[in-house]
Amino acid sequence: MFGVLLGCFYAAVSIGLSVSFGLLDVPHVAHPAVMVLGSYCTYLLAQHGVDPIAAGVVLMPPFFLLGILLYRFYYETFEKRGSDAGVRGLAFFFGIAFIIEVGLTLCFGVDQRMVEAAYIGRSLSIGDFRVPMRMLVAFGVALCLTAGLTLYLSKTFTGRAIKAVAQDEAALRLMGANPVRIKQWAFGIATAVSALAGAMLIIVAPVEPSLDRVYIGRTFCVVVLAGLGSMTGTLAAGLILGITESIVLMLFGASWAPAVAFGLLLIVLGIRPQGLFGR
Amino acid sequence: MKRYASFWVGAVVVIALSWLMALSGMNEYFFFAGFVVLQFVILATAWNILGGYAGYVNFGTAAFVGVGAYTAVLLFKSVQAPLLLQLLAAAAVGGLLGLATGLLTLRLRGIFFAIATVAIIVIMETVIVNWRYVGGATGVQLMRPPVAEPFSTYTRMLFVLMTVLAVLAVSIARYVQVSWIGRGLRALRDSEEAAECCGVPTLKLKLLICTVSGALMGAAGAPLPMYLSFVEPASSFSLNYSVSALAMAMIGGTTHWIGPVIGALLLGSIQQAVTVTISSEINVLVVGVLLVLFVVAAPDGMIGLWRRFMGRR
Repeated sequence: MFGVLLGCFYAAVSIGLSVSFGLLDVPHVAHPAVMVLGSYCTYLLAQHGVDPIAAGVVLMPPFFLLGILLYRFYYETFEKRGSDAGVRGLAFFFGIAFIIEVGLTLCFGVDQRMVEAAYIGRSLSIGDFRVPMRMLVAFGVALCLTAGLTLYLSKTFTGRAIKAVAQDEAALRLMGANPVRIKQWAFGIATAVSALAGAMLIIVAPVEPSLDRVYIGRTFCVVVLAGLGSMTGTLAAGLILGITESIVLMLFGASWAPAVAFGLLLIVLGIRPQGLFGR
Repeated sequence: MKRYASFWVGAVVVIALSWLMALSGMNEYFFFAGFVVLQFVILATAWNILGGYAGYVNFGTAAFVGVGAYTAVLLFKSVQAPLLLQLLAAAAVGGLLGLATGLLTLRLRGIFFAIATVAIIVIMETVIVNWRYVGGATGVQLMRPPVAEPFSTYTRMLFVLMTVLAVLAVSIARYVQVSWIGRGLRALRDSEEAAECCGVPTLKLKLLICTVSGALMGAAGAPLPMYLSFVEPASSFSLNYSVSALAMAMIGGTTHWIGPVIGALLLGSIQQAVTVTISSEINVLVVGVLLVLFVVAAPDGMIGLWRRFMGRR
């Protein structure tokens, strides 16, 4: 039961990456770092009495812009030059992740931070189960996010364009559309979504600057397990990870939990790199 | 032939120089900081063998360092093995881990390989955290054995040892670069399929260099427990090793063996200076910022800048 809630939460934090890495093929290793940045922004807003979820929503537009800038920069410096973008692009995003992490450490220190809200700390009892409210809130937001993004990608014009650019960029160019603008838009959305995911991150548990390292494993595990770019797959993969992690947690104790995501990732990469719902 | 000779003369001079410095009455702190810089020379060079020549981005440097360090701890704690034996064992274990990483490259390239190496760090760290005998999460305190003769302190001895190792690492990297291995790797980096079709034994080459690179990184981690006389998992497996090794090679330039050496000496010294004068958080920031700057503005590193500068004149 806890695993299911945790799994939905993992799906929600990974869905931004599912767009940026899965659909756009950008090696966005800095995704978890951006998310943690979102958590800290939420923390700042919450200090002034803003509800964390509202704060996450408020943060989406600025993060959208941030994402657009980031992609623009990445495109101008790497994708346009073409060859060897892989190694340098990776190093670039890895560097960005480090800068964000250390920047946060310098501003806030290494202590854990958390937010206060009415629903944090309470729990709901259903029969013998006690479900913490904060997990339910995260669960709800995660479901809305996944459903919203799936609908967006399949029903709206720009959403379909994003899917098209993922399938065949050259063809899209022949149709008279500008693939870079669409990719930029999609990357912006991915970043905006990770702001909301960051808000949930700090609702679910206290946040520290180095948290992004653990989430590199979790998010990439979910995205790869899902099969690149599949939204419903992301939800399923998140559930698998969440349930596996909570089983390991019960059987072996908390100290083994961080390895679960990475172990699962290695297994998936070794056996079925295209993921469960891959193309 | 003359160029080969000058390289070896240079190598001997470097070792002799470090030996003399260790025997002289220089400030102890120099050796303490020098050890770290030399360790990064080895790590950056080893990283470059795989990352620079073959184009496989390895984020797992920390895994190899940590595994090397803990191999040394295990041997020291169980049989009081001498330092040299610890070193060899760490290199062997690092090499084995490298071989395993090499097997991953069978199916994974680009970002998938990179993420898989991050996974190796975390899994290794988790294993060590849960292994009581080598100290678990709290770490383990070790008593240094008495120092061997001509040296006055242990740190000085380790400094010389690291110099020898660094020279060894650089000569291996240089050999790989100028021999048929390097040619094969360059072909492989540009297009693996094309290289395979032309008769380059890509799998053999990849396994070979992964093993070599892993062994060097393991060896670089082995003296760590003796150097600090204390090890704990969080700092031994710290991602800082990974990002620094990668950044140093990238900043120096990845196409030539001298690149990582320059990068490591430069960045390592800056890091040491910043750690002392400002704070250790800033030093990681410096690495990150420089990495991004160089990757964006000077993609071929210092070597690229140098070549462009020479070409313009």
